[in-house]
Amino acid sequence: MTDLTRITVAQARDGLKARTFSATELTQAHLDAIEAAKSLNAYVLVTPEKALEGAKAADARLAAGEAGPLEGIPIGVKDLFATEGVRTTACSRILENFVPSYESTVTANLWRDGAVHLGKLNNDEFAMGSANETSCFGPSVNPWRRTGSEVPLTSGGSSGGSSAAVAAGLCLGATATDTGGSIRQPAAFTGTVGIKPTYGRCSRWGTVAFASSLDQAGVITRTVRDSAILLRSIAGFDPKDSTSADRPVPDYEAAIGRSVKGLKIGIPKEYRVEGLSPEIDALWQRGADWLRDAGAEVVEVSLPHTSYALAVYYIVAPAEASSNLARYDGVRYGVRVPGKDIAELYENTRAAGFGREVKRRILIGTYVLSAGYYDAYYVKAQKIRTLIRQDFENVYASGVDAILTPATPTPAFGIGEKANASPVEMYLNDVFTVTVNMAGLPGLAVPAGLGAEGLPLGLQLIGRPFDEETLFALGEAIEQAAGRLDAPRWWS
Amino acid sequence: MNAPAATQNLIKGATGDWEIVIGMEIHAQVSSQSKLFSGASTAFGGAPNDHVSLVDAAFPGMLPVINAECVAQAVRTGLGLKAQINLKSVFDRKNYFYPDLPQGYQISQFKHPIVGEGEVIVDLLDGRRIVVGIERLHLEQDAGKSVHDLSPGESYVDLNRSGVALMEIVSRPDLRSSEEAKAYVTKLRTILRYLGTCDGDMDKGNLRADVNVSVRRPGEPLGTRCEIKNVNSIRFIGQAIEYEARRQIGILEDGGAIDQETRLYDAGKNETRSMRSKEEAHDYRYFPDPDLLPLTFDQAFVDGLAAELPELPDAKKERFITQYGLSAYDADVLVAERDTADFFEEVARGRDGKAAANWVINELFGRLNKEGHTVSTSPVSAAQLGGIIDLIGEKVISGKIAKDLFEIVWSEGGDPRVLVEERGLKQVTDTGAIEAAVDAIIAGNPDKVEQVKLKPTLLGWFVGQVMKSTGGKANPQAVNDVLKAKLGIE
Amino acid sequence: MAVDEKTVRRIAHLARIRVTDEEVPHLRNELNAILDFVAQLDEVDVSAVEPMTSVLPMELRQREDVVTDGGYAERIVANAPQSDDNYFVVPKVVE
Ligand SMILES: [Mg+2]
Ligand SMILES: [Zn+2]
Repeated sequence: MTDLTRITVAQARDGLKARTFSATELTQAHLDAIEAAKSLNAYVLVTPEKALEGAKAADARLAAGEAGPLEGIPIGVKDLFATEGVRTTACSRILENFVPSYESTVTANLWRDGAVHLGKLNNDEFAMGSANETSCFGPSVNPWRRTGSEVPLTSGGSSGGSSAAVAAGLCLGATATDTGGSIRQPAAFTGTVGIKPTYGRCSRWGTVAFASSLDQAGVITRTVRDSAILLRSIAGFDPKDSTSADRPVPDYEAAIGRSVKGLKIGIPKEYRVEGLSPEIDALWQRGADWLRDAGAEVVEVSLPHTSYALAVYYIVAPAEASSNLARYDGVRYGVRVPGKDIAELYENTRAAGFGREVKRRILIGTYVLSAGYYDAYYVKAQKIRTLIRQDFENVYASGVDAILTPATPTPAFGIGEKANASPVEMYLNDVFTVTVNMAGLPGLAVPAGLGAEGLPLGLQLIGRPFDEETLFALGEAIEQAAGRLDAPRWWS
Repeated sequence: MNAPAATQNLIKGATGDWEIVIGMEIHAQVSSQSKLFSGASTAFGGAPNDHVSLVDAAFPGMLPVINAECVAQAVRTGLGLKAQINLKSVFDRKNYFYPDLPQGYQISQFKHPIVGEGEVIVDLLDGRRIVVGIERLHLEQDAGKSVHDLSPGESYVDLNRSGVALMEIVSRPDLRSSEEAKAYVTKLRTILRYLGTCDGDMDKGNLRADVNVSVRRPGEPLGTRCEIKNVNSIRFIGQAIEYEARRQIGILEDGGAIDQETRLYDAGKNETRSMRSKEEAHDYRYFPDPDLLPLTFDQAFVDGLAAELPELPDAKKERFITQYGLSAYDADVLVAERDTADFFEEVARGRDGKAAANWVINELFGRLNKEGHTVSTSPVSAAQLGGIIDLIGEKVISGKIAKDLFEIVWSEGGDPRVLVEERGLKQVTDTGAIEAAVDAIIAGNPDKVEQVKLKPTLLGWFVGQVMKSTGGKANPQAVNDVLKAKLGIE
Repeated sequence: MAVDEKTVRRIAHLARIRVTDEEVPHLRNELNAILDFVAQLDEVDVSAVEPMTSVLPMELRQREDVVTDGGYAERIVANAPQSDDNYFVVPKVVE
């Protein structure tokens, strides 16, 4: 029998429909894999009863011919999504005991379509980080290792649990969120596919907020097709989110295999940043060649304000976060550390409940919004954000259909390897991804082969607003050319 | 702002005259079924945390969605204040920590409010008219409520009010006395109630005022102001201003200086005192709420609301004066509440306006006040009151009988015309019957007959006697005429 | 616009996060490093640029004024560290 943890969502869907295996078997296989892969620390909570119950119900619906589009597909959920009756922590001590009485719209959409809930996946605390090292549960571990090395590597962040679990076969697909690169960077680090859709494509309702104007839910999967399948389920208009787009959700899977002939692909010259490794540069070249071979036209484009994106991000995101995280005050839910009065209760609770990185970002955000600095920092950053978006609009107006860039400046690094790096150095991880969030555009990370150290490298495709279909078509072309990557399962 | 001070407003201090300068921020609860950004009920007085949604309690991942009716109500109010309506406005977050503020910020409008400059015309009891400038009106969320007396050492937090829509209406510092301030709030409340955008119920905290008070020598620049927070009755607004102005004058006359601060009015002690806990450096870190987009609508939306606006008190007052010939005072009294004005108009329809106003204001209001009724619960309907007025006009009853009839209708109800018939209250206009009564009185009082020839004012005594003998039903004019003729008085 | 230790304490208090004496110098250095990094934005001329107010060109949707939510006080206080009779309980707040 095939290893049910090595198949794709599409294959699982076919196998379930053909009754080659049952949803219960499929789910059990994943629960066993999770059990065997505890050392990866991908899951922070496994919900086996819920999963098997869901699988049983899925089997019943499959038998009755009432299967939903994701019937019986086992999914892992980033711990940023509120799940009803299932502890949701954002991997922060401050929420370590929080059990929501509500279900996020994104996950509710998955369950509506028949998916099976395996459990909650590790992430950086409140999604703030690029290596999953800020999680109060400790870092998730990349299934990939450097050739001949046993040094544990990061699976990226903030959706590090999602990327590790997908790469390791601990779920068929995972939900994730992306504020500055938190889907695409971990996907690139683990040889998986990650889609951050257009801002407003997926509801933010019930997802713990980091930076409201940048946050967007998406998925990490093993293939481009799987991303297309899952995105169709989680996307859609939600009247409970004022920033949700009221427009129909296309059949993304139909874009898989669509010809890319004649598409115009932009290569932004400003992404040739200083310190870009020759390996990544070569990968980028190769990606362009693959698309050209598939019939696309590759042109150089200019996104002149790219170099400011990271600085803008490190004003806007902390500013919004400082306000979004004000609700964690020890009064209505979460952890409380008493004090002699209410002010002390707040200060004690938040000092003990938040980790270093979260506190650092709250402080910087508080500072840039404070009296006398607001215009110089926040307003200025939002103005440059307008310029960044205009850069993209100009490129798209010139007839470019999508933009190709590297996903990350380096392959995965060792856990703790950058412990002494300055915050700014860590932030450089997001250099290629963050502009996309600034402009609210869709971005797809696709594995493009292994680097010299034997680690996966990823390319990023950036699309027009709400044109995820073109990204899937192009991503499929790259996947076809590069081939799929399968992590060695050294832990079992 | 530097217009000469109305002399009646000056306060005599030990060292000369002082002028009070007052500006107000009124928080008016928007009349709506559900909250500004959530679907929870705005009903007053629910069990603790019962009218609270996950959004109002700021659970992780909750998001605001704006209530269309609150937007419309704010625009209606702006129109009623003859104010600039901004087709684009922005919701900001005002960040601060407080147990009754679950999000850690209040969603409010800081830089770009929904309503800009407007004005309120206020007619004062002394006949002066002042125009109070409105700086802005913005929409914002109310906070929850902390209860301090349920447990020693602890406060209990109820979020039922959290997220209810408020309109903050900011006036210019155009008020110069507690009387003007009270008249302004009264007028503003009247306008809001006419518009139906706020019920103005101050007992429930649905209308409350932050009062900014400063004093200065007439003609001098503005002094340092103190803000008295959350005063929740019109009487207290007046008392707080009086106390605060005297306090400030006292300090200044002693050579001291006023600290700009937030103060609290203690109605029990009739004093204001500093709110030390709120004094800590305010740094609200306002920024546009990224969970919301700018609020936009088109002029057609505004025009549609304008077309449906009711007649407002100022216009109604002018109309009452011209259409019914009322005095400005009577018109003011009648337009103070929309339902009184409506009641009056129902009474006045097809009748003499002055008589209608007289009966509504003097008879009905007097009685309603005494019995703790309002126009809406009045035992005498407009149709009944109109019926009584008709009977007077038709000379079927006298004014005196009319008052008796009013009493009967008040306590027993019924159609006045039928009551008059059934109870024999009809005025006697039959000259024969009156003549007989007059003859009897003249015959019985020869001495008075002699006297009245020398002293014609005694005629009143004869009228009284005749009325008495006819049970008050004789037409007084007819009695007069017959007496004069028979007594030979001109 | 370098941040000093006093500012770190003021900001930390505004954010209601207790900081220890040992943490303050580190935080100051980290905040200054970030502020140095973002100082590069000074070179951009934004005099004629509108700040971004919405990520995508969308209008704010308005919902109908109907009561659709609430009425579950038990759920509201279910996760509370301290509650009584469906109230949240906090140390006495003095005005
Ligand atoms: Mg105020
Ligand atoms: Zn206010």
